Amino acid sequence: MEKLQADVVIIGAGVTGTAIARELARYELEVVLVEKEADVACGSTKANTAIVHAGYDAHPGTWKAKLNVRGNAVFPQICRELEVPFKRTGSLVVALEEDQVPHLYELLERGHVNGVPDLEIIGRDELLRREPHLNPHAVAALWAPTAGIVNAWELTIAQAENAVENGVKLLLEQPVIRIEREGDRVRTVCTPDFAIATRFVVNAAGRHSDEIARLVGQEDFRITPRKGEYYVFDRRFGHMAGCPLFPVPTAVSKGILVTPTVEGNLLIGPNAQDLEDKEDLRTTPAGLKEVLTEALDMMPDLPLKDAIANFAGLRAVARPSNDFVLGPASGVPNFINAAGIQSPGLTSAPAVAEEIRDYLQAAGLELNGKKKFNPYRKRLVPFRELSREEQAELIAEDPRYGQIVCRCETVTEAEIVQALHRPVPCTTMDGVKRRTRAGMGRCQAGFCTPRVAAIMARELGLSLDEVTKKGGASQLLLARTKELLLAKGAEAHA
Amino acid sequence: MRKIQCDVAVVGAGPAGLAAAGRAKAAGAGRVLLIDRDRELGGILQQCIHNGFGLHLFGEELTGPEYAHKFIAENQEAGVEVLLNTMVLQVRPDRHLYAMNRREGMLDIAAGAVVLAMGCRERNRGAVTIPGTRPAGVITAGTAQRFVNMEGFMPGRHIVILGSGDIGLIMARRFTWEGAKVEGVFEIMPYTNGLTRNVVQCLHDYDIPLHLNHTVVEIHGRERVEAVTVAKVDEKLQPIPGTERRIPCDTLLLSVGLIPENELSRDARIELDPVTGGPVVSDEMETSLPGIFACGNVVHVHDLVDNVTRESRLAGEGAARLVQGRQPGGPVLATRAGEGVRYVVPHRLHLANLAERETTLYMRVREPAEHVRIEASVGGERVLSVRERVVRPAEMVSVKLPPGSLPADCTGTELTLSVVKEGERA
Repeated sequence: MEKLQADVVIIGAGVTGTAIARELARYELEVVLVEKEADVACGSTKANTAIVHAGYDAHPGTWKAKLNVRGNAVFPQICRELEVPFKRTGSLVVALEEDQVPHLYELLERGHVNGVPDLEIIGRDELLRREPHLNPHAVAALWAPTAGIVNAWELTIAQAENAVENGVKLLLEQPVIRIEREGDRVRTVCTPDFAIATRFVVNAAGRHSDEIARLVGQEDFRITPRKGEYYVFDRRFGHMAGCPLFPVPTAVSKGILVTPTVEGNLLIGPNAQDLEDKEDLRTTPAGLKEVLTEALDMMPDLPLKDAIANFAGLRAVARPSNDFVLGPASGVPNFINAAGIQSPGLTSAPAVAEEIRDYLQAAGLELNGKKKFNPYRKRLVPFRELSREEQAELIAEDPRYGQIVCRCETVTEAEIVQALHRPVPCTTMDGVKRRTRAGMGRCQAGFCTPRVAAIMARELGLSLDEVTKKGGASQLLLARTKELLLAKGAEAHA
Repeated sequence: MRKIQCDVAVVGAGPAGLAAAGRAKAAGAGRVLLIDRDRELGGILQQCIHNGFGLHLFGEELTGPEYAHKFIAENQEAGVEVLLNTMVLQVRPDRHLYAMNRREGMLDIAAGAVVLAMGCRERNRGAVTIPGTRPAGVITAGTAQRFVNMEGFMPGRHIVILGSGDIGLIMARRFTWEGAKVEGVFEIMPYTNGLTRNVVQCLHDYDIPLHLNHTVVEIHGRERVEAVTVAKVDEKLQPIPGTERRIPCDTLLLSVGLIPENELSRDARIELDPVTGGPVVSDEMETSLPGIFACGNVVHVHDLVDNVTRESRLAGEGAARLVQGRQPGGPVLATRAGEGVRYVVPHRLHLANLAERETTLYMRVREPAEHVRIEASVGGERVLSVRERVVRPAEMVSVKLPPGSLPADCTGTELTLSVVKEGERA
C-alpha cells in the first residue's frame, strides 16, 4: 500500500467533490480527490436533468434555497472559465389547470424571499407564443429568466481537469474502505492501494455519503436514494422546448419536465421513487410509463418514435433533514460533510464548494492563495460545431480530424485521441462518450463501438478485449474467435 | 477547400452505391465519383461472410465479399473513381457535397447528379425501450457480426437474441459455430421478421428455439449482462404478467429492425416517406429534389441484395440520363399502398417509361397470408393480378408491370397495389 500525505482528502468525484477540489486548488494545499469508479462524474452527476435552477423552489432558510441562488449567480463565470457549454435559457413552471395558478404565485413569492431575480407570471398567449409545442390547454406559467441548462458531466470533468492541472491529485477506482481516527480527529483515509495521512477529510460521496460518515462514527443522517427515470430523444427534436418546462411541483419532486439539453437533444423525466437499494439503476416499465404519460401532458406531440435511450438516476436524499448536510461531523471537527446533495445540487455546487472551504478554514486550515492558480481550462474542440472553413483548417493541421469515427455525432479520431490523453485519465468507452459524444447519437454506438474500442486499445496499450464500457467487469468482448471451440475441443479430449 | 467537379457523385459504396456507380458509368456518364466513409468498398457486405447472395441475379450462392467483388471489379473496369475513408457531411439541394478525409481535408464536390446510397442502421435498445440496467453486453447483431467476422472477437459466450431479423438469425448460427451457447430467439410478433430460409438454416438446423409472441422485459447486471427476463406478450404486444422467465446470459443480441439512414437527405430537405423512412422516389429513383437520386436500403430496407442491385442500377441509369439531358418528361402516375399493403416503392411512375419498359414495383404486406393475389389497379380498373402462395412482411414482394400494360391515358389517377384473398375481388 502506497502512503500519501495530504492537507485535505475529498471523497467522491461528482460535481460536488470536483467543485470543492477546484476551489481548494486555489490555495497552497495538498489535496487528494478519491473516487471509487473508473472515472469522475459516475454517480448522480451522470444521470440527472442537468438544469441550472433559478432558485424559487426550495423553502426559504434551507441550504438548498441559499446555495441555489448563489450557485446560479456564478455559473456563467465558471462555465466561461472552464469552457463548459451553458445556456441561460430561463425556465417555465407551467400550470396546465386553472387551479394550479395559485401555486405559481406561491413559487413567485418563495422566489422573491430566496432572492431570485426577475421572476414573472406570464399568461397563456405569451406562453404558447414562446413554446408552441406546449399543451394548448396550458393556463399560465412562472418565468424564471436566470435558469439554464448545462452538461453536468462535462462540468464535472472540466472541474476535475482544472483541479488536476492546478495540483490536485486524483485517485480513480479507489473506494474508501477505512478511515482511521486518533481521538476526535480523522488521521488516515485508506483505499485498496493507498493510505493517505491527512489533516482534513471532505465527504462528498453522494448517495454513499452516510456510509462514509459512519466510518468515522457519525450516525445522525442517512441517505435514501430517490430514483428518477428518463427518456432521451434524437437531437432533431431539442428545439421542441425552448427552455426547461416544469409542471407545478409536488412535495417530493419538481415533477416530470420536458427540456432541451445543451447538445440539442430533448430530455423528459424524472419521476421520483424512494428506494432502499442504492445501486438500483434499473429503468422499469411502470416508471417509464409514468414519465411518458406526464410528459405527454406537457407536450402532446413528443416524438415517441425517436427516443434514443432511457436511463435512471438516483438522487441522494438526506434524512431526516431533506436538506443538504454541510459542515463538520458531530464530534469529529476535521471531517466535513458535503452530503445529501440532491437537486438543486448541480446548481449549488459552486456555492457548496465555498461553504466547505469556509468550514475548513474555520476548522483551522490555512488558506494561502496559490500564485500560479490558473482558472482556465481548454475544452476539447468539438469538430461538429465548427464552420466548414474551420474544419478544413483543423484537418490540415492534424489529419486525424479528417477521420470521422462516430457518424451520428460527427466525432473525429483526433477528438477521441485527445480525450484519452487529458489531465483526468479516460479509460472507458463511457468516458470517451462523455468527453466526445461518440456513441451518444441515434445509433447509440452501433457503428462506432468497434472503431472507438480500436483507438482506445491502440492509444492505451490494451488488447481489444481489455477495453471496458465502464471499468470493472464491463468488457465489451469476452473471447477471441475460435477460443471457445478450442476450449471445447480440449474438454472433449480430456 | 479542394473543389472537385463530377457528373455523378454516389454517396456510399455498399451494394447500392456500387451498382449505381457502375451503371451510371456504363450508361454514359462522364466522371463518376463513388464516396464511402469506410476503408474499403462493399459496405456491410464485407462482414456478411455467409453465402446466399446473388441467387436471383447470378444464379449462384455467393458470400457478401464475393458479391461485392463482382461489382468492385466492374466499377474498376468502367473507370469509376473512388474516394475511401471519406465522410460526406452535407448534401446541398444544388448538388454540392461537402466531404472530408485525412489526405485531402475538406472537399467541395460539385456534381451533375447525386445518388444517395447510405444504406441503413440498426435499431437499438433505446429505439425499442427495453427496461433494466445498462451493462456492457447489449449489442446489435450487425455490430456483433463485425466483431466476429472482421475483428476476430466474440462479444459473448452465452447469448439471448431479441428479434428475428435476418442478421440476428445469421448470427445465431455464427455464434453456435464459434462454440457459444444461443439460448433462443425471442420475437414480439406472431411471425418471424427474417427470411424463411434463414429461420430454417440458422435456427431449425441447429435446434435453436424460436419463441414468437415473446419479448425481453428486463436486462439484469451492473457491469456486464448477467441475465434477461423474457415474457409472453398479448395481442397488443403487452407483456402478460406471470409469464416472466429469467434466463442467465452474458449477452443480449438485438435484431429488432433497420432504419434507412437519411440524415443527409433530411438536412437537404428531401421529402421522406413516413412508412419506409426513406425518400419518396420516382421510377428513375429520383427524389423530390431534381438531380438527387436514392437507392437501396436508404430508400427502403430490402431483404435480398439482388433487389438492391436491380433498384440501384435504375438510379445509376437515371442519374446518367439526367446529366445527358435524356430524362423522361411528361405526366406521372402516383402509386399507393392499398388493402393489406404497407408501402409501395417507387412512389411516382413516368407514363413515358411505363409505355416503354418493364417496371418493377416493390412492396411489403402488412401481415402473413396464404393463397392471395397481388392486384394492381388504376382508377378502379384492375391492370394486373399476380398469384402468391405465401406472403410475409419479412419478404419483399415485387410486381412487374410489362411495358404498355396500363391504359394510355391515366393522368390524374393513381396506381394502387392491394392484397386480395383468392376468390375475392378487390
